[in-house]
Amino acid sequence: MSDTPKPEEILSRSHTPPKTGWMDTPINIRPGMYCYASNPKSVDYVGLPYPRQWNPMEDDWNLPENWKEIIFEGMRDRLDRFRSFKVFMDICVRCGACADKCHFFIGTGDPKNMPVLRAELIRSVYRNDFTRFGKIFGKMAGARPMTLDVLKEWWYYLFQCTECRRCSVFCPYGIDTAEITIIGRELLNLLGLNIDWIATPVANCYRTGNHLGIQPHAYKDMIDFFCEDIEEITGVLPKPSLNRKGAEILFITPSGDVFADPGTYTAMGYLILFDFLEKKYGLDITWSTYASEGGNFGFFTSHETMKRLNAKMYAEAKRLGVKWILGGECGHMWRVINQYMDTMNGPADHLEVPVSPITGTRFENAASTRMVHITEFLSDLIYHDKLDLDPSRNDHLKVTFHDSCNPARGMGLLDEPRYVIQSVCKNFYEMPSNTIREQTFCCGSGAGLNAGEDMELRLSGGLPRANAVRHVHEKHGVNMLACICAIDRAVLPPLMEYWVPEVDVTGICEMVGNALNLPGQKKRTTDLRSEDLPGMEEEEDADE
Amino acid sequence: MKLESVLVKKQTAIVKKWFDLVVDTYPADTSRFLKRQKDPFANPVGSTTLEGLKAIFTDLMGELEPESAMGHIDPIIRIRAVQNFTPGQATGFVLSLKKIVRDQLGDDAGDPERRKELEAFDARVDQLCLIAFDVFVKCREKIFQIQATEQRNRFFKAFERAGLVSEIPEKETDSGKSDLTQ
Ligand code: SF4
Ligand code: SF4
Repeated sequence: MSDTPKPEEILSRSHTPPKTGWMDTPINIRPGMYCYASNPKSVDYVGLPYPRQWNPMEDDWNLPENWKEIIFEGMRDRLDRFRSFKVFMDICVRCGACADKCHFFIGTGDPKNMPVLRAELIRSVYRNDFTRFGKIFGKMAGARPMTLDVLKEWWYYLFQCTECRRCSVFCPYGIDTAEITIIGRELLNLLGLNIDWIATPVANCYRTGNHLGIQPHAYKDMIDFFCEDIEEITGVLPKPSLNRKGAEILFITPSGDVFADPGTYTAMGYLILFDFLEKKYGLDITWSTYASEGGNFGFFTSHETMKRLNAKMYAEAKRLGVKWILGGECGHMWRVINQYMDTMNGPADHLEVPVSPITGTRFENAASTRMVHITEFLSDLIYHDKLDLDPSRNDHLKVTFHDSCNPARGMGLLDEPRYVIQSVCKNFYEMPSNTIREQTFCCGSGAGLNAGEDMELRLSGGLPRANAVRHVHEKHGVNMLACICAIDRAVLPPLMEYWVPEVDVTGICEMVGNALNLPGQKKRTTDLRSEDLPGMEEEEDADE
Repeated sequence: MKLESVLVKKQTAIVKKWFDLVVDTYPADTSRFLKRQKDPFANPVGSTTLEGLKAIFTDLMGELEPESAMGHIDPIIRIRAVQNFTPGQATGFVLSLKKIVRDQLGDDAGDPERRKELEAFDARVDQLCLIAFDVFVKCREKIFQIQATEQRNRFFKAFERAGLVSEIPEKETDSGKSDLTQ
């Protein structure tokens, strides 16, 4: 009996985490925290190297024999080509200002999710093999040789970064760890080490034009269905056009809006908006079943893959002969457009500088990319009083706004979404200031991490965001979380279900669709989700 | 003085010790951060844990109200259920309170009257630990349920509403019996 440990002894034993420094703490790949390995068929389809079956949980990742050489050659090449990468490798002073700013560190409590350590994973190898200082002083200089364990650590932690850039906001040197992750993932792709949630959408998008591999006829079926639903709800049947040559504007949105709830209601919002503008002002706009994806998972694979997928949007705009592109509520599509498109595929000379045909506003900010964000377009319309809005249909909503990382930090789109929301709903409450705008907390599932198998990673990474939502829910009774990103619309509902189940998720254009009066509409008694509007229910048996 | 009155007097010290102990279940770099950062939005894990422990401590000062205790321990366990902890590690911190309390009482803990009171207190702590375990299991079930239904909720429902999914029809009537279903 006396040998039996006391409960507190058991606890203190099992509770004490390793005290080793990060370099000596071995990697422990934990189910729930990683995404499945890429399907070789998808890797092969887009011509990326080393398609093969492999499993992160197995010791042997079936790497090519000369894998180290490939990595070093890849690093050398990128240090030459990307000045940012070279500078970011050299200038970090390890001040730690970024350390506690990452939602994955905050939520998982794993120190290797501190941005500075995430970058050190690669930087340590850089020091060892690319700097004289590191070659001489080795570990003392923060250098370590490349080994299989180091490679696995890269893979595990580079796919625990959503490339959200929050850390960069706090770095006095402007080091953008997201850029380091981007290059790191590119290096991993040289060895065929992608995750399937990225690799297969990339292959699908390359083949059929969208992540899900949905073909044009199904795309059309969904749009038709939305229109019928809108007719049922409003009494007005929109008649959008698809693939129409000679239209003035091409509309591109993430496929999630067309195929996945609750994005589908946002898609209905677009249709209502365009129908209104067409009837009232003659808006000349078309959708495309080929550019049926605004998202670009190539961005999470390599610069080259991103470029190829981005190009097809512009190729479709050229084929249809439109003047400019209007873009829907997407996150990383906008980062790609705003930060990379011009260098990769621009300037889009076959298009014109976007001018709103309704207000005459020239969108100088899109002078080169020729692509305008739907909330910019909407803000301009609302500012010029061009919409017939009845915000009372959103009275039952108490809304807060989640700044999606990419529109917020990747393109500075901060005020337009708020302006639109407040024009269509009178109850709006901001989350605390250190969780919104430039400092917004990521949903925890961006950059291709929105798979099912890494749910614990997603729920822990999304905790800081959910925590702020809970605050406004408790303080103001917020019941709706608005966002302008298709990944957000997909991943925030499960995040809310776990942390703040009382709060639902919507796109902004869904709220616009609910508030906008269509000429000739019937009395609106339900919202776009076909749920009764409180106080506006059908007056059944009214005269009895 | 009654045990509870003594403990309430020492509440700040006890809760602080308890908090430190919970937070030290994280790696050193993390635990430093969890203790230092006081902004609840920059440090939801630390602040939720501290707030929760304070409330639970108060719960333990009398007959344990399971509902209230569950409400207060849920936020802490909900976090630990998605982190790198075994079920025992996620919930075991509750039991540590027994030792913390004894340490705080010093020699007084050996007094026969106190020991009786402590036994009753221990029983409440044990009860709380079981509640914590229930919450843990509930959270894990929730995670699996979300995992299992997410894709269906997102894609299938939309396709189904649009009439793009053809499901096996309900059981056919006698006249139209399909051989395949037999
Ligand atoms: S980019 Fe975002 S996810 Fe990546 S390290 Fe920085 S804060 Fe974390
Ligand atoms: S804030 Fe910048 S310089 Fe400081 S540790 Fe982080 S990356 Fe390095």
